[in-house]
Amino acid sequence: MPSLNDYLILSAVLFTIGTAGVFVRRNLITILLSIEIMLNAVNLSFVAFGRAFGTVEGQIIVFFVMTVAAAEAAVGLAIVIALFRHRESLNPDAFTALKW
Amino acid sequence: MFSVISNNSFVIAQVGIAAVVWFLLQISAAVMVYFERKVCAWLQQRVGPNRVGKAGLLQPIADVVKLLFKEELRPAAADPLLFALAPIISATAAFAAFAVVPFGGSTTLFGLLSEPLPLHVADVNVAVLVVFAITSMGVYGIVLAGWSSNSKYSLLGALRSSAQMISYELSYGMALAAVLVLANSMSLREIVNAQSGSLLGIPQFRWFVFLNPLGFLIFFIAGIAETNRAPFDFPEAEQELVAGYHTEYSSMSFGMFFLAEYINMVTVSAVTTDLFLGGWWFPGVPESLGWLVFLFKISVLLFFYLWMRWSLPRYRYDQLMSFGWKVMLPASVLNVIATAAAVLYFGL
Amino acid sequence: MLFYFFGALAVIASLLVIAQRNPVYSVLLLITSFGALSGLYVLLDAPFAAAIQIIVYAGAIMVLFLFVVMLLNTPHEDTDADEKTHPMLRPGPMRFGAAMAVALLGELAWALSRSGPTSTFSNTPVTSLSAIGYTLFTDYAFQFEVTSVLILVAMVGAVLMARREDQPGEKR
Repeated sequence: MPSLNDYLILSAVLFTIGTAGVFVRRNLITILLSIEIMLNAVNLSFVAFGRAFGTVEGQIIVFFVMTVAAAEAAVGLAIVIALFRHRESLNPDAFTALKW
Repeated sequence: MFSVISNNSFVIAQVGIAAVVWFLLQISAAVMVYFERKVCAWLQQRVGPNRVGKAGLLQPIADVVKLLFKEELRPAAADPLLFALAPIISATAAFAAFAVVPFGGSTTLFGLLSEPLPLHVADVNVAVLVVFAITSMGVYGIVLAGWSSNSKYSLLGALRSSAQMISYELSYGMALAAVLVLANSMSLREIVNAQSGSLLGIPQFRWFVFLNPLGFLIFFIAGIAETNRAPFDFPEAEQELVAGYHTEYSSMSFGMFFLAEYINMVTVSAVTTDLFLGGWWFPGVPESLGWLVFLFKISVLLFFYLWMRWSLPRYRYDQLMSFGWKVMLPASVLNVIATAAAVLYFGL
Repeated sequence: MLFYFFGALAVIASLLVIAQRNPVYSVLLLITSFGALSGLYVLLDAPFAAAIQIIVYAGAIMVLFLFVVMLLNTPHEDTDADEKTHPMLRPGPMRFGAAMAVALLGELAWALSRSGPTSTFSNTPVTSLSAIGYTLFTDYAFQFEVTSVLILVAMVGAVLMARREDQPGEKR
């Protein structure tokens, strides 16, 4: 049987993959997907903690994280569509008009 | 692990049930194809298929043979992996959803088994959520088929499908929530058994369709939209999009989409029966004959599907969206609130 | 061992998500990863979390992503210069970011190796949905309401932003 530590390590690995994705990739969609990976890594540790302490709070926080993720995805994708209409590109380096 | 298998006959019967369900689902698709043509013909005052076998009864077999021997084509610009994967996803999701749907009480197979065998493939205590999750996976088959074909018509069909599915899943889920409030359980078997009480003095008649008629209506309409049937068959609207998401498919990969569509109809009808129409309960019919009642109820619902398809014209796409978001969703939310209030007040 | 199977599946799928050039494949691999996570939730005696993981994440949010990817239909949106160089060899912030991610992994591994119980779970699991629902609508009722407002705001914001501005006097 895996212990709490095993779940936390897995969660840490997933979170790192998400972080790396945000930094390495130059594509707005993939960056948003990487953020979802990070959120899910956090969810996994919440559920694992909830299981370890025998409380329902772990799953309740997962519920909240998912609603926030849904809101984030909706707004993020709307921004992506709006940006794509302006520049015909999904590369974040193309959107530097406000950079001085 | 082996202690489970020691109860030999029970395990064999359980595996047998899974095999029988799988087989029956395929047969049901063939039967549905036949009746789709027949009902269509009757509604249009024609005779329908009548050449292959008596009264055209062998027509579905002829259809399958034709599909199997057709050439399998793939557009040169298609994405090979996803193009092959899409029909498999569709068919798998359609079959898998039925796994947690109970379709009768329990049976001893006329005394062959020592203990009664409940009629379902698997009983999960969150069965409702599992059905919901698996059917929500089915959309990927359609979306990927549309995208990987690299064809304008297919892509439009896929885009329509994804938007339609998301929109109608909301009211679908809300209608479900009202039933969960009434039954106080998420297991489909317990929900069915919660409907075995008496209503107005009639035993085994406490069906949720009477307690929650609006929920039934919403669930049924959303179910039609989820299975992409007319009048909501936008992903494959033949007058506008050739054949929609499966324009580029031929032979058996097309057959799999076809199969998935009919099995989805059967699954949605079975779930509707379990949730609203009292499952295998009917006044005066003993539980041992429940599966016949269940079959009858499903058949009535399926006939309704065919009837609607050949009677109603297709909506316009913007009408579909505004109907889903401005009528169905508010109505389903009100339904949940009203049901919850009634349960609290009357203690149903 | 199911834990290692699902864990490996989640990690490999997530790695491939950020390694894919084609966003459609990225989305599909992320769905695979979510499926693996859902399996892990089942192992953690959290069937509710597992079910909503599939329904909400894989069934709704990812369909939204796929919808946008298909709508924009740009399989290769990296610039030409980026296409030719390996991700790790690219200039400036990217290389720095990759290094930072590795450093973060090291840090987390270090922190986890120093503490935490290594025994298996001893508590009895809370699997009943009514317990979750009861806590959600009593102790966390305020947070629940705030979340609903958040969703509403996000919805209005998304509709406003994704709408074309050059259509004055739209027909209602």
